[in-house]
Amino acid sequence: MTTSTSDAAAQFAGRQQSPVQRIQHLLHQFPWISPLLILLISFAVFTGLNPRFLTANSIGLLLQQTAIVAALAVGQTLVILTAGIDLSVGAIMVLSMMVMATLAKDGGMPGIIALIVGVALATGAGLLNGLLVTRINLPPFIVTLGTLSIFTAIALLYSGGSSIQESHLPGLINFLGDGFGIGKLRLTWGVILVVLMYAVVGFVLSQTAWGRYVYAVGDDPESARLSGVPSRRVLLQVYTVAGFIYGLAAWALIGRSGAATPNAIPDANLQSITAVVIGGTSLFGGRGRLIGTLIGAVIVQAFAFGLSLAGVNQQWRVLATGILVIVAVAIDQWIRKVKA
Amino acid sequence: MSIPKLPLAVDHIPDAKRHVYEQEPILSGRGLGIMFGRVVGLDGVDIDLYPGEVLAVIGDNGAGKSTLIKCLTGAYLPTSGEIYMEGRKVDFKRPQDAREAGIETVYQQLAVIPALDISSNLYLAREERRPGPLGSVLRMLDKKGMATRAGEAVTRLGIQTIQNMGQAVETLSGGQRQAVAVARAAAFGSKVVVLDEPTAALGVKESGMVLDMIKQLRDNGLGVILISHNMPHVWEAADRIHIQRLGGCAGVITPQSHDMGEGVAIMTGAKKLVAEAPA
Repeated sequence: MTTSTSDAAAQFAGRQQSPVQRIQHLLHQFPWISPLLILLISFAVFTGLNPRFLTANSIGLLLQQTAIVAALAVGQTLVILTAGIDLSVGAIMVLSMMVMATLAKDGGMPGIIALIVGVALATGAGLLNGLLVTRINLPPFIVTLGTLSIFTAIALLYSGGSSIQESHLPGLINFLGDGFGIGKLRLTWGVILVVLMYAVVGFVLSQTAWGRYVYAVGDDPESARLSGVPSRRVLLQVYTVAGFIYGLAAWALIGRSGAATPNAIPDANLQSITAVVIGGTSLFGGRGRLIGTLIGAVIVQAFAFGLSLAGVNQQWRVLATGILVIVAVAIDQWIRKVKA
Repeated sequence: MSIPKLPLAVDHIPDAKRHVYEQEPILSGRGLGIMFGRVVGLDGVDIDLYPGEVLAVIGDNGAGKSTLIKCLTGAYLPTSGEIYMEGRKVDFKRPQDAREAGIETVYQQLAVIPALDISSNLYLAREERRPGPLGSVLRMLDKKGMATRAGEAVTRLGIQTIQNMGQAVETLSGGQRQAVAVARAAAFGSKVVVLDEPTAALGVKESGMVLDMIKQLRDNGLGVILISHNMPHVWEAADRIHIQRLGGCAGVITPQSHDMGEGVAIMTGAKKLVAEAPA
């Protein structure tokens, strides 16, 4: 009886797997495959349009341009995995950056203290988001829409709206803009920091219990709670860790842009969300891989870089990004319907 | 120390099962009461569960079945009454306390995470780490070990259709998902397993599979509480049947002492259970 049951089940499973379903299953298991394909195709196309695209020099530049949004997207991925969204990423980064730079300006405070205060402030801002989401049970969209305005306003009021050039800042604050060359490939310490962030957070998400809790809370918070996952605490930790990451991104941004400017990267929140979504992470939570986000961030910059090398109007990049976002979400909707 | 047993329907227990009821009850409630505002949720309910029996709890909607179970498993704090495990008074403040005491609950909504694989679900919130510094310092999970043991747990329950522990739960059928939830309870419930409507969403064949698993848990010496609306399933799997009515216990019967019609009559109040003389 039992053997005939499992035979029937095996036949059933075998009969169901059409090629399309096999692709659906594959994408369900490895959601970063489609962004990786897009990345490879775009690299091939842009190299075809202009061979200078695939040189060590260009790749180094591409990575430097990607670094800031890629860093923010690490925190954004954590938040989106819990079925939330963080619209305040850019605002927290800019506030942290302005505080860091103002404190350290013209030797006012040792660089290390300014750095610690700036990152701590960003962590606190993330904690505030988390408290509003978990204690007052407000939707993350509303919470971060509010704190987006609040932190932006505070950053502008605090800095008086003026920039601080790197010549006024100590070496440590500018450090992430420095770098080294491997042959013709020039990398900044900022790029190295971002790669480390992906390695560490990627490890935590895939190899530790806390990582599983992040997915569980995002997929089904009530079931997670009943199973014994401390859902609220995990959620609070996610927003706090995200804030910490935005603080590090602020440090990297000063090095990258050679100044602390209160209106830097005005669309940072949308860019980070775009990277996460193109990278195959589901906006409904519980599904996605951090490596996908990195690929997503590189895709967006590769489009910008490749099209400008090919001498094409930048608006084509904006158009292409829009199409990619819609396609990515459509693919996510499709693979969520997977059945055995 | 121990508390006096309740004199419950033991006369109608088949001789082969009589030894079960000579043991100490594994889980007991005495005078359990709870109020929701001014509504009486439970009104002084007594209950005994023995190791190696399936105790079904039946009752109409609002009779207090789920409330009773939630009091016994730490999800609700009873306003009056005591809970005893193996004769010792216990004080469950949250579900985690009951779980640590060896009581596992399979909730009606299953509490499985669709996007996670079977092994991750079985070990959710009690993950095992790798030995050595990989586990203690880097906090790395022992994924292989957990998958192997999850496979063993599923095999022990005789679930043939689940092969791959790395399969996401959302790709499973309803019965297989139920099997995963029951397997989790069976793997970690060292003393008591509570199942709330485990067959409600299942087809005939899948229900049969779950009922077999329940019997197997009982045969392994666990105390099993089964809440169900499905009378044929109750009469098939239960050793004794606790009937809840209007927040109180209307009596305890056995599938041998009463048929389904009589059980439903007691449940709805159409018939009163004649008090049995103590054995």
